[in-house]
Amino acid sequence: MKSSAMRDLMAITERPEVISLAGGLPDTSTFPAESLAALTAKMAATGAARALQYAPTEGMAAAKACIAEVMAYEGTPVDPEDVLVTTGGQQVIDLVCKTLVDPGDVVVAEAPTYPGAVPTFMSYQADVVQIAMDDDGMRVDELEATLDRLDTEGRRPKFIYTIPSFQNPAGVTLSLPRRKRLVEVARERELLVLEDNPYGLLRYEGEPLPTLHSLDHGEFVIYLGTFSKILSPGIRLGWTTAPAPVLEKMNLGKQGADLCSPAFSQMFVASYFEHDRWQDYLESLKDLYRRRRDTMLDALAEHFPREASWTRPQGGLFIWATLPEYIDTTDLLARALSHNVAFVPGRAAYLDGRGGSSMRLNFSGVSDDDIREGIRRIGDVVREQVGLYGTLTGGAAPAPREASATGRPEPDPDLADVLHLPPRTAPDRRTDAR
Amino acid sequence: MSRVAVLKGGGSLERQVSLRSGARVEDALQRLGHDVVAIDVGGDLVARLRRDAPDVAFVAMHGRDGEDGTVQELLEILGIPYTASGVSACMRCADKVLSKHAMYDAGIATPDFYSFTETAFKELGAAEALGDIEERLEFPIVVKPADQGSALGVRFARSAADVPPALVAAFSYSHKVLLERHVHGRELAVSILGDEPLPIVEAVPREEDFYDFSARYTIGRTSFVCPAQLGDAVTDAAQALALDVFRLLGCRGFARVDLMLEEETGQLFVLEVNAIPGLTETSLLPQAADAAGIGFDELIGRIVEMALQPA
Repeated sequence: MKSSAMRDLMAITERPEVISLAGGLPDTSTFPAESLAALTAKMAATGAARALQYAPTEGMAAAKACIAEVMAYEGTPVDPEDVLVTTGGQQVIDLVCKTLVDPGDVVVAEAPTYPGAVPTFMSYQADVVQIAMDDDGMRVDELEATLDRLDTEGRRPKFIYTIPSFQNPAGVTLSLPRRKRLVEVARERELLVLEDNPYGLLRYEGEPLPTLHSLDHGEFVIYLGTFSKILSPGIRLGWTTAPAPVLEKMNLGKQGADLCSPAFSQMFVASYFEHDRWQDYLESLKDLYRRRRDTMLDALAEHFPREASWTRPQGGLFIWATLPEYIDTTDLLARALSHNVAFVPGRAAYLDGRGGSSMRLNFSGVSDDDIREGIRRIGDVVREQVGLYGTLTGGAAPAPREASATGRPEPDPDLADVLHLPPRTAPDRRTDAR
Repeated sequence: MSRVAVLKGGGSLERQVSLRSGARVEDALQRLGHDVVAIDVGGDLVARLRRDAPDVAFVAMHGRDGEDGTVQELLEILGIPYTASGVSACMRCADKVLSKHAMYDAGIATPDFYSFTETAFKELGAAEALGDIEERLEFPIVVKPADQGSALGVRFARSAADVPPALVAAFSYSHKVLLERHVHGRELAVSILGDEPLPIVEAVPREEDFYDFSARYTIGRTSFVCPAQLGDAVTDAAQALALDVFRLLGCRGFARVDLMLEEETGQLFVLEVNAIPGLTETSLLPQAADAAGIGFDELIGRIVEMALQPA
């Protein structure tokens, strides 16, 4: 959201003493350093001149071959010729808006939607209409009703933006029947769909589902992929494949934006795919994230009050928790920060002011100890608020103080002063076993 | 020329604004030829101040620690002169309840209010008294944290049902909150420099955003008029009132007094005093100084001079 209040709060989440469940970071610490060294050395020995040179706007053939390999692995065969290599997946969202959106145009998105897409939509002055979700992802029936309504107003959306698998921030996944129906709706109404699929391969349980692109064979679906979550966000490489006229315009847009994505990164990916088994690294990431997701789910069950609910994602990086409506999570963040813990307030994922009682929690980029401690602290703050509301309304009894009963430590007295953020003396939080 | 330490940032919720104020102050001090040391305030503050041994500290911090007397106390201990108000004035300004009681006692008009700690609700059954408070203040009631700057945590309660969530929100920012009578009228900010009131700035919210504090906190949704179009009598009265409050609370150097001009009665009420108001491009005090013909560099120069030569 555009509120400077939330921006100011989020600025503090970056301070080192804060356990931040607000990030969306993959864990890059497990990528083998020797592998990185060997790959870079090989690049230097065999292709230094090319790695230091410009690349074609559409991307280098070797990188596009890797992209085709990743997409085929997810059951979505693609001709490398039809791929545009981009600077992260984020650039695809920007290029699609640049290509399609004039100020005031309607873009349909999920409710909640990816907070990082919100500023992009806003900078192109899109009128974003958000469609509710449930455990099976976007409510396609509500989508159809909304499209009908827009139709009577003479407004035609430029595209439908969706993250079908392990949605950011909600953590839910679009069911197979809804995937099929969404693709039909797009075809019937000749509407473009932007399928944002950064997490599809990060499935920790259950059967994989086909991508929208594979169901539609790329007729109305613009596909967005990225190496950020399966290899590294630092190399800034994503890609798109889209219906030819759209892809052409996106290529032109990319020329204007940055000419090309780094040759260095593209050659690194090619070298990595040639010499290492990327699937093995992916499997190791899945094991790591599965464990952290379970740690967070266990911690939520232990520390959050019964008034709270949360999603149980089968993959991806995020859990979406919802509190009673009388708790505003932007205000709650201020109190949480005084306990040196942070999350993303739900409003960041809406353009219409909804989401005030929800929060996004990230489990991929945080150690197990920090997940447990972070959720414990947020749980304490939430219980305090629930208890306070109970005493104010004379309804529910104050939340029981369970700290001593369960052997949990009492709150640090230094943290008791709301919004005061004392610097931690222990420099390495990860070794802190509390 | 002097060696000036600019203290900024810190861990308060207004960290971002403070960093912007600080950066702008640093630029001005450099243009004035001072030797500038920028300090993002953290655990090494005292060590850095000892090492850098500045002639004077420019406190460009907002909110907790920087504006509530904490940093000022450290500067007193270290014997470093500093800009703006001293420890006790900062404490009185930072705590709206303290400052409003001081105004009451001195006969200065401030909107009626009641204040409670979280303990009062949790352990003393203060919720039972909410009905009486609501009756006396009448809706809408403004609910705000006692010691949080900007508009963070401030809510309008239009009915009894709005009060509990508004209190929960306000208690997110502070252990103490106040429920205040809402004064419907014009919002005026009177900045004081030295012992002179500057031209008045009026904040004009878009009509539909009147009850939406988050909208008003967002740049572009409130417009500022300086000097405010008030007529000489009201202008003089507002400036005199602001100066009275500035002196009452023991402020020095500069500060900003926020007032309401009630539409129905034409009466002026003091809402609060900001001991270290923002000094960013869009902040009100620099706008007011500019309207008085005092450019930003001159403003900063005068503030530093006052700190070095206390009256």
